[in-house]
Amino acid sequence: MTEGTLDTAAMPQRRETPRSLSVAFAVTVVLLVAAPFVVYPVFLMKALCFALFACAFNLLIGYVGLVSFGHALYFGWASYLAAHAAKVWALPPELAIVVGTATAAVLGFVAGGLAIRRQGIYFAMITLALAQMMYFFALQAKFTGGEDGIQGVPRGWLFGVFDLSQEMTMYLFVLIVTLAGFLFIYRIINSPFGEVLKAIRENEHRVISLGYKTERYKLVAFVLSATLAGLAGSMKALVFQLASLTDVHWSMSGEVVLMTLVGGLGTIFGPLVGAFAIVAMENYLAPFGQWVLVIQGVIFVICVLVFRRGIVGEIANMLRVQL
Amino acid sequence: MFEIFGLPSQALFGQLLLGLINGSFYALLSLGLAVIFGMLNIINFSHGAQYMMGAFTAYLLLQYAGIGYWESLVIAPIVVGATGILIEQLFLQHLRQLDPLYGLLLTFGLALIIEGLFRNTYGSSGQPYQVPATLQGGRNLGFMFLPNYRAWVIVFSLTVCLATWFAIERTRLGSYLRAATENPVLVRAFGINVPRMVTLTYGFGVGLAALAGVMAAPIYNVSPQMGSDLIIVVFAVVVIGGMGSIMGAIVTGFALGLVEGLTKVFFPEASNTVIFVIMAIVLLIRPAGLFGRAV
Amino acid sequence: MTNAARVAFLAAALICAGTVAARAQERTVKIGVLSDMSSLFSENSGPGSLVAARLAVEDFNPAAKGLKVEIVSADHQNKADIGANIARQWFDVDHVDAIVDMATSSVALAVSELAREKNKVLLVSAAATSDLTGQKCSPNTIHWSYDTWMLAHSTGKAMVTTGGDTWFFITADYAFGQALERDTTAVILANGGKVLGSVRHPINVNDFSSFLLQAQASKAKVVGLANAGGDTVNAIKQSAEFGLSKGGQQLAGLLVFIADVNALGLEAAQGLVLTASWYWDMTEGNRAFTKRWRAERPGRFPTMVHAGVYASVIHYLKTVAALKSDADGRTVIAKMKEMPTEDPLFGKGFIRADGRKIHDAYLFEVKRPDESRYPGDYYKLRAIVPAAEAFRPLKDGGCPLVTN
Repeated sequence: MTEGTLDTAAMPQRRETPRSLSVAFAVTVVLLVAAPFVVYPVFLMKALCFALFACAFNLLIGYVGLVSFGHALYFGWASYLAAHAAKVWALPPELAIVVGTATAAVLGFVAGGLAIRRQGIYFAMITLALAQMMYFFALQAKFTGGEDGIQGVPRGWLFGVFDLSQEMTMYLFVLIVTLAGFLFIYRIINSPFGEVLKAIRENEHRVISLGYKTERYKLVAFVLSATLAGLAGSMKALVFQLASLTDVHWSMSGEVVLMTLVGGLGTIFGPLVGAFAIVAMENYLAPFGQWVLVIQGVIFVICVLVFRRGIVGEIANMLRVQL
Repeated sequence: MFEIFGLPSQALFGQLLLGLINGSFYALLSLGLAVIFGMLNIINFSHGAQYMMGAFTAYLLLQYAGIGYWESLVIAPIVVGATGILIEQLFLQHLRQLDPLYGLLLTFGLALIIEGLFRNTYGSSGQPYQVPATLQGGRNLGFMFLPNYRAWVIVFSLTVCLATWFAIERTRLGSYLRAATENPVLVRAFGINVPRMVTLTYGFGVGLAALAGVMAAPIYNVSPQMGSDLIIVVFAVVVIGGMGSIMGAIVTGFALGLVEGLTKVFFPEASNTVIFVIMAIVLLIRPAGLFGRAV
Repeated sequence: MTNAARVAFLAAALICAGTVAARAQERTVKIGVLSDMSSLFSENSGPGSLVAARLAVEDFNPAAKGLKVEIVSADHQNKADIGANIARQWFDVDHVDAIVDMATSSVALAVSELAREKNKVLLVSAAATSDLTGQKCSPNTIHWSYDTWMLAHSTGKAMVTTGGDTWFFITADYAFGQALERDTTAVILANGGKVLGSVRHPINVNDFSSFLLQAQASKAKVVGLANAGGDTVNAIKQSAEFGLSKGGQQLAGLLVFIADVNALGLEAAQGLVLTASWYWDMTEGNRAFTKRWRAERPGRFPTMVHAGVYASVIHYLKTVAALKSDADGRTVIAKMKEMPTEDPLFGKGFIRADGRKIHDAYLFEVKRPDESRYPGDYYKLRAIVPAAEAFRPLKDGGCPLVTN
């Protein structure tokens, strides 16, 4: 049934981790550990947060086949709550992140519960509409600071020991959390639970006929995706010491879709590569102001028309490995 | 000025009027979306951008060719509709075999391109567009002050919506359209050029959006992002109404505009979110939408 | 070593030393113009501020003082996070020493914190919130041109004392609008007036009809617009559509720039009362600057923001030249406060301990179309608020830098 499904670079599953993945992971870790000595660390941290965000999104779209067009809701609100926790409640950074992530989980549960009731395109529109509703709520709520956002968020001392205002310490922290999230997603995908999710993507009715309560599986996947997006958002609030309306705006939802699309839907490393590519592009093109929007649109169009596998997908296809 | 529910009548009726105007735009745009979705199974995310293009076409026609509002009402939909047909031929028809998600992503990308190009050229603030001379001023009705142009917007949108409904539900061409939505292969077997109908339908839907844009130009400033925030509300309207029926889209659009206007009077902080809240409620009670068929 | 080799070695060493010495004498000062380049404030500040900065550098003549000055610019799109990111990158990676303009209060507050953290210099000419020299004051920030307190006490007071004693606010819902509403409310109440209500709106709103209806319903004598730029222009235009003034209510534009009057046209803007700290047609020095500025920005007139950028850049460069170093932001700012200011646009003045630049404020009224004799002849002077009274008293600000 290739008509109704998304192009993913999925190849037949094997029991143990394919060598290609282990190699790719090792290379990634080495590069990321060495990078901050060469590249501006704040830029790298931004890319890592978005990479985690994109990986969380990819879990939903690439492996369950659900398109959420409102993922900024979890990313942004987690960012707000983490910022508020760190600044106003004066919580240490690890607890602030927990607060933010928990917020995203709750929001994911509520939004997911509503959105799961419809399929396909309707699902996408509902997620978008719910995110927009929470955007307006953020605009008006006092604690979010409206257009000002929550500024001057302290980075604090991690576990009371590590000073996160040092760039390299913060970078290491962000790197470890991102890699942990990345591995966690990989674990989800390659578990019995993940197999059911992939089956739902291929043919939901058949899975129902096998006796699985697909609604529950979809909801759990949704909540997991939202939680990890929230983790990314909480970290971002601490990295930039700012939580603002941009994080809950629909264009942020669109950006994560773009990153995943460019990197490769349904690949493991796709969202990582896509996030770095898009963040780098935006950085490079920042002096050109509004052209960024046009170029994002052009990339969308090109990817959808001729480049559906994305960067990592194309590489995986060429080398005939799984990535 | 008398008072209703403790509010001066001018405030209440004024907001209801504004609500009806918003409702007219919701109805026109959700109608266009419904028509396009019915025929192409594509959610046209660039609908908002095409609405904006309609407004800009009117503005540019006035600036550079001295062509006024009334002519723009006819020219802009045709021009923007033509670009829509171009999009359909160049891009959308290649995606017909694929998951509808790709159509959504493509039109989303196109929306970004269009908005970005206009923003680059015109900046983010609005360009002014004058209310046409014949419709300027207003009437003091006693219980409220009614600007002429806004009254015209409501009447005209209602007419266009009803005319579209009539064309689709009560004419022969409309019956071909509806049949082609249900079973395109069979309709082709009858010798009807289905691909051409699809293309023209997309053009028509886009033209409706552009028409709404021209009407919006004198009320809201003509700015590149006027479409993007509006389109998300229209999505919610479409989910509430369900995409099964044309009349459903029209009624839901106007009704929700009214509800929004009422909320502005009694509970202004919630006015931005009330439509989404209603969408959440409808999803819980009647997932297919108020007028929709179960998906 | 052979003789030839020794000579060669010596020559090379001398050349190297010479280059190093030459480089050491020529320090580069990098100034960043961070503003709203494309949205609703782009006419009031935006690209015009970049022009003003360049003119200032030209007039300062850095080469004669052994300095090299570079100017960069960027568009923060009125978003605090974008502005903060650009500023952070400028400070960390691009070695920018001072940022000027700002254009939006929310961005200004965020960048002020960054400047404090990285010990650089921030010269705000375009953002208005009086918190920049109040509770959020910083040893790395100077606030030029105007602020919400000045506007409130000039326009606000003028309207209240001439019969406009009941107010309804239409406020832009962020730091600037809120500060402006707060400061103006204080003036109204102090002069025996009342605030009947207010409504908040996000920035860049195209349709004010709903808010104007609420203003009409309140029956307040004055509808105060606590917003700026494109928002103010739209509100004023649409108020005519709803017959606001026909209904007997007066519009008070609490922050109106000459660029806004230009956009509205005298027909729509006539009679508006506004406060500014600089007007292009007041002195010969202003007119000369305006002529050069207009060469690059035809069809427009410079605002007090552009004048502020010019003046702040000149004073900054003078200070850097005097100190012979620009490395330590706090030292530079302290010296800027120590040195009295003088430039062709604002004349003589000084900067207070809380970072507030002190100069006169002027109450203007927009001319009627028949009163305007040439392009740009928009204002008539109604009153001068002397410098000593124009800004909030030092002790009232709550600024931690003010020790007594």
